[in-house]
Parts: sequence; C-alpha cells; structure tokens
Amino acid sequence: MESPARRAFLNPLVNNNPITLQILGLCSALAVTKTLATALIMSLAVTAVITLSNAVISLIRRHMPRNVRLIVQITIIASLVIVVDQVLKAYAYGLSKQLSVFVGLIVTNCIIMGRAEAFAMQNGVGLSVLDGLGNALGYSWILILIGSVRELFGSGTLLGTEILPTISAGGWYHPAALMLLPPSAFFLIGFLIWGLRTWKSEQVERSEFRILPAGGSERAP
Amino acid sequence: MTGYASLFVQAAFVENLALSFFLGMCMFLAVSRRVETAIGLGLAVLVVQSITVPLNNLIYSYLLKEGALAWAGLPEVDLSFLALITFIGVIAAMVQILEMVLDRFFHRLFIALGIFLPLVTVNCAILGGSLFMVERDYDFGESLVYGVGSGFGWALAIAVLAGIRERLKYSDVPEGLQGMGITFIIVGLVSLGFLTFSGIQIG
Repeated sequence: MESPARRAFLNPLVNNNPITLQILGLCSALAVTKTLATALIMSLAVTAVITLSNAVISLIRRHMPRNVRLIVQITIIASLVIVVDQVLKAYAYGLSKQLSVFVGLIVTNCIIMGRAEAFAMQNGVGLSVLDGLGNALGYSWILILIGSVRELFGSGTLLGTEILPTISAGGWYHPAALMLLPPSAFFLIGFLIWGLRTWKSEQVERSEFRILPAGGSERAP
Repeated sequence: MTGYASLFVQAAFVENLALSFFLGMCMFLAVSRRVETAIGLGLAVLVVQSITVPLNNLIYSYLLKEGALAWAGLPEVDLSFLALITFIGVIAAMVQILEMVLDRFFHRLFIALGIFLPLVTVNCAILGGSLFMVERDYDFGESLVYGVGSGFGWALAIAVLAGIRERLKYSDVPEGLQGMGITFIIVGLVSLGFLTFSGIQIG
C-alpha cells in the first residue's frame, strides 16, 4: 500500500502526467521550448506558482463560499503570476523578454486551475504542496526534454554552449531548421506520447470502432 | 487602409494564435472532435476576442499605462503591473454580460453558443490576444482589427482540424498513437501548411 503523500508526489510524473495524459497546460509547453534556457525558466516559474497556489488555496479552502470559489482561485493565481513576472523582469530581463506574453499566460494554464479545483480544495496543506510539486515536475521534465531536443538539433547548442559544431561555425553539423519552427513541437510531443503509451499500454485510448482487415470478417470485435 | 488589411492577414494567417503561438491549445484539442461544435466554439472565440481586445486597449491606455492617469492629476502613477489581473477580470465580466445579452435578445444564438461562452474565459487565446496588444503597442483601430483577425484565424484553425479528425475515423492508426498522439501530429502538419502564408504582404 502506497502512502498518500508518496502517491500525490509520484503519480503525476509518468502515470498521470499533466501533459501527455491529461493534455493540460499545453500552450506554454509548446511555445517556450525553442531553447533550453527558456524551458528551464518557464518550468521554474510554473513550479513556483503551482506550489504556492496549491498551498494558499488549501489553507483557505474552508473559508471560501462554494459559488465564488473560481473567482477567488483566479485572483490568487493571477497575483502569484504578477509577482513571478516582476521578479523575472527584475533579475532576468533578457529571458523575460524572450518569454514575452507566456509568463502572463501562466494564469490561464489549465494545470494550475485544475490542481486547485481537483486537489487543493479537498486536501490538507502538506499534501497539496506535494501534489503541486509532483505535477510541476511532471510538466517540467517534458518541457526540459523537448527544449533540449529542439535546441540541440535546431541550432547545435545546449544552454548556449556548442555541442554539435555547425557548418557555419566551421564544424560538420547541418542544423535542422525545422526544429526551430512551431510544427516540430507538435511532432515531438506526438511521438513522445506514442513512446510513453507503448511503454505504459494501459494509457492507450480505445477507438470507438475497429476497422476489419481486408477480406477477414472472422475476428469481429 | 492597407495597413489594416495587412494587419488582418498577418493576425489571421501568418501569426495564427493556435498554430504558431500555441494559444488555446487545451480547448483546441479537446473540442475538435466534431465540425459543428468546433465551429460553435470558434464563433464564440471570434466574438469575445473582437470585443475584449479593443476594450482592454482602451482600459490600458487610459487607466493603466505609465502616465495614463495624467487626466486625474496623477502623471507619475504607473499601474501597468496590474494589467494581467485587470484583463482577466474584464474578460470574465464581458463573457458574463455577453451571455446575458444573448439570452435576452438573440435567444437562438444563445442556444448555439451558450455552452461555449463560459469555457472561453479560461481560453489562453483570449488573454494572449490582449497581452500581445500591449506588447506590440497597438492603437485602438489596430487592436480592433487585430482582435477580429486573430479570432477569425483561431476559428478557422479549429474548424480545419475538426474536419480532418472527422475523416480520421476511417483510417487505421497504430495503437499507441490512437487519440491524442495522432492529433498532435496532424496539428503539426496543419501548422506546417499555415507556414506557407508567411511570405504574404498586402500593401
């Protein structure tokens, strides 16, 4: 029997991953993964917001009237995001310019509202913080993975240091420009989902019906 | 006039909110199983986007921007950090008002769009549109065109995706790719198609 704390923390990593299984919070996941540095900063920002918002909402969950809870949650999340945004502008101005509107869009990131509504409203502070951290990590590892693949193959660097010397810099690697364009993010997540579901076959979505192989009607579903 | 036309084309096709900025993805993938529902949601986004972007532009330039409160005798006040929370509030309030107005005066439209309107509040495309408006410093006319254009682009993208997904029922997709996996790859291909618009300039 797993303890609830362990479950709250570990379950979102692979088994119930917010991106690949629940398909939440994709906007930012796809948009900021052009370089590893922006993916890292975005992961940190989301981790901070989701953990704090889960903690705060779980603290005041007994004092919130049910019919205004969504407004209260949005206000708490928006205030936290404003703080994160101001901190980024103060200490990492260049990166915050590269992230442009996507820091602000953490407000409408469905993972955060989803965890607040589904978990923090029913559970204590400690558990909610663990659940927030777990979901943030599940989100972050995918962001970081896709960020590193796109930066490595798109421009031959990781965090700005050269790994694969490109032809223009006198090396041998011809950068795949597609990796820097938006479609590659969709392809990578699609293939990642394929890989994960081949490994954890219980995550496969059943289709509504099966197409019979040509000429074979003997194994109807 | 040509400035507005080229801004419209740019907002709708070249910088399509869904396909090149990935905004409103959650809903884009979740509500694109059938063409009719996709078009309904697309229309709701178009309407809300065309109202909120210009409205937020007015609020931003007369209340929040640095020096905007000069008319009230407070030229040094800079409230732009409040933009985020204000925009969310304005969007939520607008959606609520729109819902009531439609229910009272255009009941048939309300029945068609009704279930999508509350969803639109948390759609990142709407908030993203307002934030892009601030970042790119649009004036009132430009923000009106941008709101309509980007809303139209989003609606077009979701309708296209829903059309493809309806057809997909007849194809034999590998086990692990079933559902979301193949959808991602299709969206990637559609977005590759939209990249071809990027050379277009009007005027």
